Amino acid sequence: MLCERCQQREATIHLTQVVDGEVKKVHLCQKCAEEAGFDLQGSVSVSDILLGMGVGKAQESTPEKATRCPRCGMRLSDFKQRERLGCPACYDAFADELMPLIKAMHRSERHVGKRPGEAGGLPMGVRRELEQLRGALESAVAEENYEEAARLRDRIRSLESSESAEGDGERGQP
Amino acid sequence: MKVDDLLRKPGAWLKRGSRDDVVVSSRVRLARNLAERLFPEWAGEDERRRIWDEVSGVLCGLPQLQRGLCVETSEIDEVSRRFLFERHLISRELIRKRRGSGLVVRGDETLAVMINEEDHLRLQSMRPGLSLGRTLNMVNDLDDAVAAEFTYAFSRRLGYLTACPSNVGTGMRASVMLHLPGLVLMNEVEPIVRGLTKIGLAVRGLWGEGTEISGNMLQVSNQVTLGVKEDEIAVNLEQVIMEVVEHEHNARLRLMEQRGEVLRDHVGRAYGILGNAHLVSTGEALDLLSGLRLGVDLGILKDIRRETIDELMVLTQPGHLQKLAGRRLKARERDRVRADLIRRRLKAGEDKGAGD
Repeated sequence: MLCERCQQREATIHLTQVVDGEVKKVHLCQKCAEEAGFDLQGSVSVSDILLGMGVGKAQESTPEKATRCPRCGMRLSDFKQRERLGCPACYDAFADELMPLIKAMHRSERHVGKRPGEAGGLPMGVRRELEQLRGALESAVAEENYEEAARLRDRIRSLESSESAEGDGERGQP
Repeated sequence: MKVDDLLRKPGAWLKRGSRDDVVVSSRVRLARNLAERLFPEWAGEDERRRIWDEVSGVLCGLPQLQRGLCVETSEIDEVSRRFLFERHLISRELIRKRRGSGLVVRGDETLAVMINEEDHLRLQSMRPGLSLGRTLNMVNDLDDAVAAEFTYAFSRRLGYLTACPSNVGTGMRASVMLHLPGLVLMNEVEPIVRGLTKIGLAVRGLWGEGTEISGNMLQVSNQVTLGVKEDEIAVNLEQVIMEVVEHEHNARLRLMEQRGEVLRDHVGRAYGILGNAHLVSTGEALDLLSGLRLGVDLGILKDIRRETIDELMVLTQPGHLQKLAGRRLKARERDRVRADLIRRRLKAGEDKGAGD
């Protein structure tokens, strides 16, 4: 793959950027990447790209305050440098800065999947049925029976969505 | 079980599976962390070692992982680490880690857990061919078994909390390894990659992030992990991949019809070189083996089994070669040993074919 900028050298730097909620891939050679001002020391810096592009309001907001995570002592600047959080509590400590970043990455702010101890997030009976349906779906696909596959897929989807909606109602408490 | 025991077996994905002429393997990994504990990198070595002791002890006793491999990264040498990486059991990041980080693998390699990589736990399942649903089920069951032993870092709003916010939510990455020689030869792989990227999927080379396409192999995986269910991630990816498979089949068909001569020449040259060369680099081996694989899939080469080719794709990697040789080999030596191995295996395949 050739560098997008010079169209001459092999692209060795592959960056994923999120600009205004749009995910973009950039393929550059080392030289062009450096010229374009990407910090290559820390390889692909998710936080730099996101926090540096005005997605989060964090950049240079209050450098004096230097919020620390009360649980692990990590500062926002540590996260920017390392691109990794210190502990689960960091998500609360840096919520103001992290949430815009998370929203830009995932276009969502809410988990809808599995929960620990809930075996797949669904009651056992439903999970069994889903498992059977998924097995049937794979067989249908293997046999190139696409009509059947589509039917099974729709059934799987409806089962998943109805069950999880009910499940949410039952649980209620945080 | 020791690292070397894995060498005698073909690995989890080197078996027949659905759509395996195009989809080499399906993988699903779940990122999990222990509640109230610092993430591995911020935790420091002492805490990492405590977590390794607690977690590896329990994991190695789980029925799913019993009698498998259970090693701290510091216990094994560089060649072994490289070897495990080539089998897609550990990541580049784990290779660099030492005390307090490691790996637990089931004997057949369908399940593996990296401990104290970027997260406390990275649960992985791997199956041959296109089989994301079943692959997800397998890792889900393992996840349930682990969840019964430990309390995970989990928030109702954000789901499973991970060291990097790019994995938060399901912590799930579903990926498939594709062999796309038809699209590459027809110069049609670029628009496919662009299309995949546009719908939010990540496309990488054989060895993951930042690697070039070698052996016409591509890895495709989801990037979004929050706001979508595990099943949806698997089903969505599987559907997209089925379309890619169709494109690849189509490209192979057109290759046969419109450029049959070029195709047979491409396959024949690959066979000629691999059957006679005495120095072959890793990259050249992969590219030529990809040509053979295509030749076998299209019925141009009749005397070689695809399993032989797939096995060679792994065995000719530097870590595997050195494991086979039982000692460290310099780059030049590896090129010679690699060429010898390929010639021998292809010859053995021919003899077998002729005897049938």
